[in-house]
Amino acid sequence: MKQLVIDFQKCDAGRNCNHECELECAIKVFKVDDPAQAALQIKAYEDGGGHAVLCDQCGDCVVVCPSEALKRNKLGVVMINKTVCVGCYMCIGFCEKDAFMRNSDWITPHKCTSCGICVKVCPHGALAIVDVPEPAVRII
Amino acid sequence: MSQLVFDPSKVMTIDYTQRTEYLDGLEAIKAAHKVLKEITYTPSLPDKGYTNRTLYVNVGSLEIKEKPVTQQMKDVFIGGRGFGLYHLWNAVKPTTRWNDPENEIIISPGPVSGITQYAGTGKSLVVSLSPQTEIPIDSNVGGFYGPLLKFSGFDALELQGKSDKDIILFIDGVKGIIRIEEAPTDPVDSHVLAEILTHMYAENEADLPNISVVSTGAAAEHSLIGMLNFSFYDRRRKCVRFKQAGRGGIGSVFRNKRIRALVVRGPKVAGDLNHPADPETIAKTGIKYHKEIRENDGSQCMMRRNGTAHIVEIMDAYDLLPVHNFQYGSHPDTHKIDSSYWQQRCTQHTVDGCWYGCSMACAKGADGLVLRTGPYKGDMVTVDGPEYENAAGLGSNCGVFDPDYLLELNFYCDTYGICTITYGTLTAFVMECYQRGILDKQRTGGLEMTWGNAEADLEMMHQMARGEGFGKIAGMGVKRMKEYFIRNGYGDPQLINDIGMENKGLEYSQYMSKESLAQQGGYALTNKGPQHDEAWLIFMDMVNKQLPTFEDKAEALYYFPLFRTWFGLNGFCKLPWNDVVPANNSSQPEAHKVPEHVQNYVDLFTATTGIQITKEDLIVQSAKVYNFQRVFNIRMGKGLRLHDAAPYRSLGPVTKEEYESRAERYDKQIVDEMGLDPKGKGTEEKMALHREWRTGRFSQLMDAVYTRRGWTLDGVPTLERLKELGLDAFPEVVEVVKQHL
Repeated sequence: MKQLVIDFQKCDAGRNCNHECELECAIKVFKVDDPAQAALQIKAYEDGGGHAVLCDQCGDCVVVCPSEALKRNKLGVVMINKTVCVGCYMCIGFCEKDAFMRNSDWITPHKCTSCGICVKVCPHGALAIVDVPEPAVRII
Repeated sequence: MSQLVFDPSKVMTIDYTQRTEYLDGLEAIKAAHKVLKEITYTPSLPDKGYTNRTLYVNVGSLEIKEKPVTQQMKDVFIGGRGFGLYHLWNAVKPTTRWNDPENEIIISPGPVSGITQYAGTGKSLVVSLSPQTEIPIDSNVGGFYGPLLKFSGFDALELQGKSDKDIILFIDGVKGIIRIEEAPTDPVDSHVLAEILTHMYAENEADLPNISVVSTGAAAEHSLIGMLNFSFYDRRRKCVRFKQAGRGGIGSVFRNKRIRALVVRGPKVAGDLNHPADPETIAKTGIKYHKEIRENDGSQCMMRRNGTAHIVEIMDAYDLLPVHNFQYGSHPDTHKIDSSYWQQRCTQHTVDGCWYGCSMACAKGADGLVLRTGPYKGDMVTVDGPEYENAAGLGSNCGVFDPDYLLELNFYCDTYGICTITYGTLTAFVMECYQRGILDKQRTGGLEMTWGNAEADLEMMHQMARGEGFGKIAGMGVKRMKEYFIRNGYGDPQLINDIGMENKGLEYSQYMSKESLAQQGGYALTNKGPQHDEAWLIFMDMVNKQLPTFEDKAEALYYFPLFRTWFGLNGFCKLPWNDVVPANNSSQPEAHKVPEHVQNYVDLFTATTGIQITKEDLIVQSAKVYNFQRVFNIRMGKGLRLHDAAPYRSLGPVTKEEYESRAERYDKQIVDEMGLDPKGKGTEEKMALHREWRTGRFSQLMDAVYTRRGWTLDGVPTLERLKELGLDAFPEVVEVVKQHL
């Protein structure tokens, strides 16, 4: 399956960039000029280094979704069908990486779909889309 | 007792999509339907939780009309159970009986019902005059009917009148059609009927989740203990499943009106259909709760793995599991039906929950059961649950420890449309009567009702469904069986009355209350009879030890019936309140109230309706409806102190075997509680001491609770209390009370 990964050897958590990854995601994917709405969030630690909130396509959200709005596509990426979603936010609550997100303006939640838009704009080349095996389905 | 650990490798491999299908006759059944009445209306979605109209249908005269929801209805009755009681009061007279045409069945979801972001928010409340208690009964049920009814444009559905032919009421909330159809050839039992109707009224496969069916089954027609199945479509299993409005016999009223089913087709559910005032607060509160379940359920309850059956072993360990008609509190075979078994037997690779967004997901399902008896013998079915009440009631209380038989009993109760709790308790009573010679094979028509004889148990249920034999007698319920046995001279009247576990005509639910004074009151000092909806106090009293003093128990019997009533006014499930709790809950003040969750509910109500309330207001909202219901009971000829009396089995040991099985405990109580010396006294003498002490203590509890509730010592709400709650605005209510002051 396609998975977005980040290399913190290269990423400096926004200290020397403009969070281009977040901004590009927000503008191109979600059509909003607000990096806080992006499907990945890079946070800098005060004492150096950083942390990324991003979806690794583990599929736990697929398991808990009551309306079958979440399914893997042929690339193994978990996609949300917004017309089927009932806006219960169990996907958000059960995501151990806090990678399922919502904002006040949309009733349906959103997440990273490993589209790679952010990869192209990262000035440090810290982001990549990799191909990894799908994990086994967990009982959640 | 060690914490159970879930082991995924032990879950039985059962294909949960496989079961017997019943769709062959669909087209012929549909062709036989005949439209008796059809109207069109304008569908509408709620605004801040209310659609501001209700639907009235008279199945006898075929009258269909809309009624406005008044501001007074909202202010005093809120919705759900409150709306049900309000409509029922206006529909009946003091002389009305359950099978009179003017009796109603009211279904109302409540203003919060239908939000999808918080656990347990899809409930419907069903209200009717009960055939068992002859006073109002209310039942809190999941499934999709209530929310879809509201999203079709109605805050409540009133059903009145009696049809002379079997009918179906269909509400199409998308097209704006309400239709009463004659249904002459529809199947009777719920698992067949609801499957057929769901597919009949869905326009395509994607539409199946937008259909919900309310139905009952064959045994509801021939007994007083009928219940209603509320369906929801399980997308993964691709089957229709049910939650039950179980208590009090509403299914029997349903069939007495010759309603075969109610079908609603609602719009596709989305997260904002309830149009709350403040969706942001609802979203944040819901996500916070989902995270809490994710983090805490596995170590606290495992509701997601076991459902409510997770407490079977806890009840057994604390000597609170009903065994052999509430004689004992534990049994060596309990391990065969405890959660270590059910988490292997229930399907785990799927999503359970009886409404969207229920992260607690206790509506487990056991798939792949091949039936061994009855009209569906050989069929493969999915069984809901078993919930704790079913494992205890159909299981340990009757000595049935074979899990497959327990599942089969559960299945047939559901599809025949009878309450599992009621059936469990009445069967336990029958079995004890059999044990003590009050019944014998001749009196049961050949049924050998010995403890654990599941085949005889099932045959009694099949008789109930056929309306024949001893099953028909059993279907009258414990109260009427007691009267029948005494009238026919079957045994000692006192013994029969002592062991028949009913109060107000309703059977006890499945907790041993002998050592829990709080639960004794929680059962008997109730508006609608002994159930665990109003005051499930046994866990906080006996397991968590949060009610150590007499005053604590009396106060709990003031606060919790009101707090829990509030769930039924709004369309909430109670379980997410105090099964899984915040990790820091035990260090909070008044931990037994789960203060963080109480605040969640305050926030959810305010965010839905836009009406600012506090946790104190919440109790006042409930108190209005609770006291109205008490007066309603008095209006119908009950609701006084004498009607709150408890059968002695619920208070203490009735028989020598019971006493001697726990002699050390009982002897110690003679020393500690009565200040006497048990040495040299015979068992019967000690039992008499206990009876005097226990009944006296219960009577003191009644005094203390009534006083806290603002009632006279005869259990009548005072005029001051009515005025304080604003119920003096209803002259009829005041008149009822005045006659008893």
